Amino acid sequence: MILNIALDVALGMLVLAMVFCTYRLFRGPSLPDRILALDTLYVNAIGILLVLGLRQNTQVYFEGALVIALLGFVGTVFLSRYLLARAAEARPDVTGSEESQ
Amino acid sequence: MMPLWLELLVSTLLIAGATLALIGSWGLAKLSEFLRRLHGPTKATTLGLGCLLVASAIGMNARGHLSLHELLVTAFLFLTSPVSANLLVQAVLAMQPELRPPPVG
Repeated sequence: MILNIALDVALGMLVLAMVFCTYRLFRGPSLPDRILALDTLYVNAIGILLVLGLRQNTQVYFEGALVIALLGFVGTVFLSRYLLARAAEARPDVTGSEESQ
Repeated sequence: MMPLWLELLVSTLLIAGATLALIGSWGLAKLSEFLRRLHGPTKATTLGLGCLLVASAIGMNARGHLSLHELLVTAFLFLTSPVSANLLVQAVLAMQPELRPPPVG
């Protein structure tokens, strides 16, 4: 009984969190902001899948959560690498900023 | 059927996790600069998802579905989420080197 109410409330909160992420995704203003918003969006999607699995008493959603965790990470890493490469192309003097200090 | 204390525990963890995830995303939408915005998702959301994963693990095991999926998701997410945040910051610092704080000492 309590659990059902808590599940519904948690689901609502996660949906609201995804709305905030979507706002940042469309608003921008820079490319890293959008990548970060996508990253947060998939983390929230994993949360929603977990809550849904608990709510409907099924284990089908866990595989989905695992796949989202995997592919979301790969996507974020590749987008960040793209940004790094583009910055290296634009300013060759500051690349490898970790070592250049 | 779950005993009442277990139900209360799972409910508390669920509400805490969802609240933390909401706070993280709210920070992402509200704060003013990129490096500030990074705080919300990297800290609050990871902790919130950790709470949700613990709640899901306890709830599923109490219902008789013994599963290790939550542990997999937890391990994977807690390994990868700092890495992706670090890469994002590296990309931003490469694009705007003036954002790098001055060296200490």
